Amino acid sequence: MEIVRPDSVAGVLDALASHPDALVLAGGTDTMVLVNAGALRPEYVISLRHVEDLKAWNARFIGAGVTYARLEESEIAALAELSRTVGSPQIRAAGTLGGNLGTASPAGDALPFLAAVDATIELVSKHGSRTMPWDEFLIGPKQNALEPAEIILGAHLPDDMPWRTAFAKIGVRQAMVISIASVCVTRNEAGETTVALGAVGPTVLRARRAEMMVSAEKDPDEAALDEFQRLVSEESRPITDHRSTAEYRRMAVGVLARRALERCLV
Amino acid sequence: MNVRLIVNGRTINVEVTTPLSLLQVLREELGLLGTKDACEQGECGSCSILLNGDLVCSCLVMAADADDLEVTTVEGIGTDGNLHPLQRAFVEHGAVQCGFCTPGFIVAGVHLLDQNPVPTSGEIREALSGNLCRCTGYGGIERAIQSLVEGT
Amino acid sequence: MTTRADTEVGVAFGVGESAPRPDGIPKVTGHFAYASDLHAQDMLWGATRRAPHAHATITSVDVGPAVAMPGVHAVLTYDDLPAERFQGQIVTDQPVLADGTIRYWGEVVAIVAADDPTTARAAADAIEVEYEYLDPLTDVDEALAAGEVLREAVAYRGVRDVHGAVVVEATYETATQDQAPLGNEAGIAIPDGAGGIDVYGPTQWTHVDHEQIVACLGLRPEEVRVHPTGLGGAFGAREDLSLQTHLCLLALQSGRPVRMVFGRAESFAAHVKRHAARMYYRHEADLDGNLVRVEAKLLLDGGAYSMTSPAVVANAVGFAVGPYRCPNVFIDGYALRTNNPPAGAMRGFGAVQTGFAVESQMDRLAEELGMDPLELRLLNAIGPGDVLATTGQVITEPLPTREVIESVRAMPLPEDSISSDVRDLPGGTGLTTPSSVVVRGVGYAVGFKNLAFSEGFDDFAEARLTLTPVGIDIHTAAIEVGQGMVTVLEQIARTVTGVESVRVVFDHTSQIGSAGSTSASRQTQMTGGAVMRAAEQLRTEILEHYGAEALSNDGVWRNGELVVSLVEACLEREFSAHVRHRHQETDEPDENGQGNLHVDFAVSAHRAVVDVDPVLGLVKVVKIDTAQDVGFALNPMSVIGQIEGGTMQGIGLAIMEELVIDHGVVRNASFTDYLLPTFLDAPPVEAVLIEQPSSWGPFGAKGFAELPTISSTPAVVAALRAATGKALTRVPVRPEDIAF
Repeated sequence: MEIVRPDSVAGVLDALASHPDALVLAGGTDTMVLVNAGALRPEYVISLRHVEDLKAWNARFIGAGVTYARLEESEIAALAELSRTVGSPQIRAAGTLGGNLGTASPAGDALPFLAAVDATIELVSKHGSRTMPWDEFLIGPKQNALEPAEIILGAHLPDDMPWRTAFAKIGVRQAMVISIASVCVTRNEAGETTVALGAVGPTVLRARRAEMMVSAEKDPDEAALDEFQRLVSEESRPITDHRSTAEYRRMAVGVLARRALERCLV
Repeated sequence: MNVRLIVNGRTINVEVTTPLSLLQVLREELGLLGTKDACEQGECGSCSILLNGDLVCSCLVMAADADDLEVTTVEGIGTDGNLHPLQRAFVEHGAVQCGFCTPGFIVAGVHLLDQNPVPTSGEIREALSGNLCRCTGYGGIERAIQSLVEGT
Repeated sequence: MTTRADTEVGVAFGVGESAPRPDGIPKVTGHFAYASDLHAQDMLWGATRRAPHAHATITSVDVGPAVAMPGVHAVLTYDDLPAERFQGQIVTDQPVLADGTIRYWGEVVAIVAADDPTTARAAADAIEVEYEYLDPLTDVDEALAAGEVLREAVAYRGVRDVHGAVVVEATYETATQDQAPLGNEAGIAIPDGAGGIDVYGPTQWTHVDHEQIVACLGLRPEEVRVHPTGLGGAFGAREDLSLQTHLCLLALQSGRPVRMVFGRAESFAAHVKRHAARMYYRHEADLDGNLVRVEAKLLLDGGAYSMTSPAVVANAVGFAVGPYRCPNVFIDGYALRTNNPPAGAMRGFGAVQTGFAVESQMDRLAEELGMDPLELRLLNAIGPGDVLATTGQVITEPLPTREVIESVRAMPLPEDSISSDVRDLPGGTGLTTPSSVVVRGVGYAVGFKNLAFSEGFDDFAEARLTLTPVGIDIHTAAIEVGQGMVTVLEQIARTVTGVESVRVVFDHTSQIGSAGSTSASRQTQMTGGAVMRAAEQLRTEILEHYGAEALSNDGVWRNGELVVSLVEACLEREFSAHVRHRHQETDEPDENGQGNLHVDFAVSAHRAVVDVDPVLGLVKVVKIDTAQDVGFALNPMSVIGQIEGGTMQGIGLAIMEELVIDHGVVRNASFTDYLLPTFLDAPPVEAVLIEQPSSWGPFGAKGFAELPTISSTPAVVAALRAATGKALTRVPVRPEDIAF
């Protein structure tokens, strides 16, 4: 096995161009699980550990190499909240936003946030960069739009970040748990609301009808909140697996969304 | 390929030819058996180490990717004749039963106290929530750490 | 050197003190050697090939591709087995390698040894195995209907057609729990060059492993030496053989040491589980709450092979009524053969399953009667002189059932206020649950179990104490699994002899006789009892030899003067004492399950306080209070550690731990998906120790370490019922069980 550890995006792309089958290794928190299980035996590894460009983080951009330990300090409530629930302190010290995007699991904790704020994902290759909406990037369970010889640069956040954001996630224990349902809700001063759902569909989902309904409510009353909750549940597309049932997930994601919205209304 | 690790302050060169985890290299190549392998998925904390000062699971670090990095394992924290206060506290407060999780807890606990010398109970429990213990129910571990907090 | 024996003050770190573990420092520095840390010169690595199906016929096996791989030194299947082809500690019904039929997911088809772990794994994977898939039998009722009974155990007492005015009836289920010790299975076997072998593997009883391994290797007993190793926990998972026979076969075949180290996924396949159970219960009481009749049918899923199922089902039956008087009892218990993973021992051993059911029934009965649930328990509580409802035997030893209940009831409850720290709310940092929706519940339960082996088993433990120039060595084959036996054996020897400098030497099977299993809460009383008697003999022998009256680290004392040092005594002659210690005989059950089946019992009580999000069904256990019957706390710190740890395993079963088995296939064989409680799931635990000395345990000590696991599960579920009003008849309670 060979490993290269470039210190620039250009260096990564050079290596990738010469080794299109290379394994691109970031925090390792997903990749090494597969390597340890013998499911992945890379011959050529490109480490992103020393690529400072990928660690860039500002109000408008989160580099793919930014760890959850750093994002826990975010001033954006939902981003800090979700980051605190990722794995364990050890995982948060290593795991990166780019990892969630690369793995594209519907249970990826950061994905509902990116979906709720309509983040765009920037990919780069030798041929240049392309930026696409989150829902064109996340195309199925563990499937994304990344092309060979391309890497994830990071996620762009909108100029007009919503006024309030809230994240919530259900797992069956108090820490270090994979989500069985998660939500991110945002609401701006005008009442415009978004809600994205994790682990209740093949990819992260937006509950558009619920959004439309509640965005029209300047000061949603109980009946509006009930309807919002109902619509979110209705728009979820959960499955039953070894972690939970579709029925529970459908119910729970509605409740979570309503409660997250209530936090945004306070 | 040759990988240069700075393990517990000593520079060690090791030949790595596969995508082995740092955990496997520490244990099987360097004979540093204090770091334990219990899940290979980053879900138990038994293999916790400090990598350039960050608390990570060594099972999730590719050894070849640790070239030139500083690694602290439990062996670098204290020795039988010169225990770290937290190691002594673990023995004195019943934080050790089978002990398989203990090296990971020692590394994580030392890291916690370095970052936050006066943690609350909630901060202790959250900071160590990536380390599983099956024997103690965590009570002895919390008392061991509290004993150092109260001592400051 | 001191010049006066300090006999009045007594020896340091004797019984009753929280003496530190002798292995504590090596464990905190990482120097303690576990099974997975063992290496040998010139060793090979072993690997297994396991079946992916729960039930199948093997239509062909071609080991050719594995044999042909460079670096492969041995490949073995069923046809290569040299002698006895089946193992099992009670019934020898488990093929050492699959015998043509796969009966559970993960059954070992073939084993290989190779130069390195990667080659070994690749070789095992290269073996070509073809299966014809068969329908697995996975339901216990269906297994009973099909007559797939590993053992039927009964308890019939009294008159069948006597009935009570108040009746409660329900069906309870417990899911499969995994011991999930942190240390995975690992070991090494080293040929001795003369046809024999030394094997080091995860075990709770080397001598019972030895019998089976000897038979399967076709060697003479003295040619096989089973050694203890450092263990990363056990909890019952190491009572049955996992990889030991395989290691020996590969080592003898290749003529080289062979090491195996399992990963977590394979560990889930490699050891027995706690039996899943379905339990049909009917309790009848008079209008005052006196139990009149209990009838139950207990179906325990034994999985594919017997393992310890015959003993587990007997225990489930024995404790099916709890520590309560009842004149008419009709319990039918079945351990059933299915195509689920083999079940065996786990802390609580049958009493956990029925403990959950019977305590749930007592709450249900109290509700039906309009009585306080603790008053109902106190009214029916058994104590010394009472008759055990299931076996008819009279309780002759202390049994503080009333005291544990009253003690836990008297403990102060935590403040009513719901936490403002999100970490302590249901859902935790997932921010699922505002404190305004949280409902609190409080529940109680009692645990009850036998100590040591029952049903006429010849239960003994050997210990040999020898004087050395620096102190006393305690030789034993008893296994330290982490529980702290090593510390209490030292404490017992210190207090008895006056010599502080003692150490435990863990002998292999050729060096000393059996100590019995580290299970059944028995080692404190059994090996502890053997050490106590041997220490007394050793002390007497030395003192009589010198006409002296005291011993210490310095030597032998007469009239306050040092007569000889330990070094001088050892030069003069060998002083040692070897004891085989037995407890009082027990009976085999008669056809109605009656007789003095058990030698002794312990009880415990738990109170759980839980906060629940009733909408999402999320739970945070806020506080646990418990009272435990420990006889005498030889090492209070260690006792607390066992209570806290055992309680946590019970909480795990109550709210999160379940091996998800789908048509016999385990779906969550990883720590990502088999959820163990984390630090943030752990509530504070307050414990009251009830010390009513046992007549036969050293210094009055009793075994107790299974009890916290038995009563914590039903206490948590009782608290959840109190908070939610749901029936909750199955553990673990899942969010959907509360939410819907």
